[in-house]
Amino acid sequence: MDLHSIWFIFIALLFTILFLLEGFDFGTGILLPFMGSDDRERRSVINTIGPFWLGNEVWLVSAGGAMFAAFPGWYATLFSGFYPLFFLMLISLIFRGAAFEFRSKFSNPDLKRVSEWIIFGGSLVPALLWGIILSNFISGVPVDASGNYTGALSNLLNPFALAGGAASALTFTLYGALFLTLKTSGRVKERAVGIAKKIWAPATLSMIICIACSGTVTSIKSGILPLFSLLSLAPVILLLQKKRSGVAFIMTSLAIGCTSTAIFMNLYPRVLVSNLNPAWSLTIYNASSSEYTLGILSVVALIFTPLVIIAQSWSYWVFRERVATDSELEY
Amino acid sequence: MDTLFLARTQFAFTAVFHFFFIPLTLGLSIFTAILETAYVRTGNERYKQLAKFWGNLFLINFAVGVVTGIVMEFQFGMNWSEYSRFVGDIFGVPLAIEALLAFSVESTFIGIWLFGWNKLPKALHAATIWIVAIGSVLSAFWILVANSFMQSPVGYKMAADGSRAEMADFFAFIFNPHVWKQFPHVLAGGVVTGGFLVIAISIWHLMRGTKERAAFETSLKFGAFYAVTGTLLVTLAGHAQMQDLLKTQPMKVAAAEALWESENPASFSLLTIGDEKELRDIFAIRIPRLLSFLAYDRFEGEVKGIRELQKTYEIKYGPGNYIPSVITAYWSFRFMVGAGTLMLFSSLFVLYRVIKGNYTFSPRIGNLIFWSSLLPWIANSSGWILAEMGRQPWLVFGLLKTEDGLTPSSVVSSTELMLSLGGFIMIYFLLTFTDVWLLRKYAVAGINAPE
Repeated sequence: MDLHSIWFIFIALLFTILFLLEGFDFGTGILLPFMGSDDRERRSVINTIGPFWLGNEVWLVSAGGAMFAAFPGWYATLFSGFYPLFFLMLISLIFRGAAFEFRSKFSNPDLKRVSEWIIFGGSLVPALLWGIILSNFISGVPVDASGNYTGALSNLLNPFALAGGAASALTFTLYGALFLTLKTSGRVKERAVGIAKKIWAPATLSMIICIACSGTVTSIKSGILPLFSLLSLAPVILLLQKKRSGVAFIMTSLAIGCTSTAIFMNLYPRVLVSNLNPAWSLTIYNASSSEYTLGILSVVALIFTPLVIIAQSWSYWVFRERVATDSELEY
Repeated sequence: MDTLFLARTQFAFTAVFHFFFIPLTLGLSIFTAILETAYVRTGNERYKQLAKFWGNLFLINFAVGVVTGIVMEFQFGMNWSEYSRFVGDIFGVPLAIEALLAFSVESTFIGIWLFGWNKLPKALHAATIWIVAIGSVLSAFWILVANSFMQSPVGYKMAADGSRAEMADFFAFIFNPHVWKQFPHVLAGGVVTGGFLVIAISIWHLMRGTKERAAFETSLKFGAFYAVTGTLLVTLAGHAQMQDLLKTQPMKVAAAEALWESENPASFSLLTIGDEKELRDIFAIRIPRLLSFLAYDRFEGEVKGIRELQKTYEIKYGPGNYIPSVITAYWSFRFMVGAGTLMLFSSLFVLYRVIKGNYTFSPRIGNLIFWSSLLPWIANSSGWILAEMGRQPWLVFGLLKTEDGLTPSSVVSSTELMLSLGGFIMIYFLLTFTDVWLLRKYAVAGINAPE
């Protein structure tokens, strides 16, 4: 296996970690306004992801940085071509991050409520956008011979992509609800279980639709992985009824991981598929950096990625306890 | 509207706003870490209260620094796709390293620090804020390695087909002399910014006869030492950087000095009103020999002027205008140096009073010092404006012009740019307003404010 492939896998891994981690904090953000009947309860919900959300967002910045360094052609075409989508993503993340940090510092209850709805929107929009972006990875986009995106916003918002957006938003919401069943207690936990049960069917249905349709928009079959994601998602409702939230959470993370892996396997060895002419697709060879740069990056990634993973695991261990309304709350 | 103009405006706007928050993050993280270390070593609760108080202000500001930073990470691809393709092989590397080694560490440990006050042993908790502080310093370093490549490209070779620059020597790239002048300059600038904020808030409380007098006297003492150290370092580092610029970007120096003709010995401009079209003075007061002294530490030596450099560059790079906006370079330099000089006086005065043990300030002096906390922001912003505008017309000096780095307008249209620029302006003002409002609220509330 060559360095180009290794770096493609590494970037796919960074994105997959991003979805596995930010997936549940997007979901938690989406559910926030509906999870608590009073300020204290909603605070406990925010505090479940309090120590983690920024650490989770790190994977986005890492994936972006790694993409820029290893595949500048991919980075340049993707971010310029999908301009309106990434603009929306950035402003959502700005609002969301600021609202997390500022909410507890406002004394006015109205501003606290506004912050909650900002967290809601700032989580929902990126959750939708990732599905839309990844669906376009599968179906291909108009890229010309010089590697520039030639389509309009409407090309990116095609029906398949919108279905993908719905699927990612619903699955992340389910994932967030399951996370909350593990991290909260009392009435908040009861509510999380209820919501998880309700959202399971639409989430699973949307995933089935996307996987069924993916055969029509791409000629390349992605093997049995999509089937695995559905198989992981299917028993979640039964596990919830048996009060096995932990297993349900793991099964959902498996579904997300399998889906993300399937999407990147489908891409390989391309990084951005041109639906104008297959020969114009960006690949891990024509969009990549030099071997020398990939070598340098490999040394850096080999040393530091494990360290980041260890540090973050320690953080999840330190804050492993459930957050109750009578816990000490920082946010 | 012209997409180049819009994209440049958007980059300038988002970068300058981002850098409102970054120096304070650098300065206050180290400051908070010092206070918490004092708490761990002495067991004195006052240091813990102070660490929490200043740490809280640090956090409010940190959040905005982070979210505006994410915009920077993706903006190269969004608005400068040709640039990204041209330099990605090199420029992407420090950005990736920054993300993996600095930003990730900062972001993970800030969560542990904020939520871990009662979950971790004291010393370990203090270690986490040090890790955050070191992470922000490393983050600044790697971003400046990237910027230094644009200012003074080293360690690269052109690809065989000439389509892009490629990394040839990673160690030459990170040991770029430019970054080793720029990094201390920026870091010291952060210390100054943090120090002045600490001084301003402490004096504000002392002037109003706070009940927490002892705590704010301690803060003022720490802050004064911190600010003076930073100001002295920033002056030295700035001086070193200017001398280095004479070798790498003499045009930037000439523009900052409105030096139209080469001079030996060269004079320093005290005030110039110039004619940029004709490249000559309309009115000028210059101090003889001072520029030579600043450049070479002796009262002679040639400093090249704008006209001569333009001719040299035409021969080297082909026909074109190689002169940046002189008025921008000239005045940003003066604002930076002027603010720096005032900062030196102000911080030394506070230090003098602190050493004498005199913490009582008359309203006039106190207010003057309070408002001088804005000076670092003036210096930081104008310094960056000089650095970036003084490099024009180059995006990567000598390799790529700014107009050639832009995303083609067929990909990102002027309408899209206007919408995104308008969006960023509105959001950033709202963000800054809220940030300042909350900083003020928590600064005023004092040390024993309820949660």
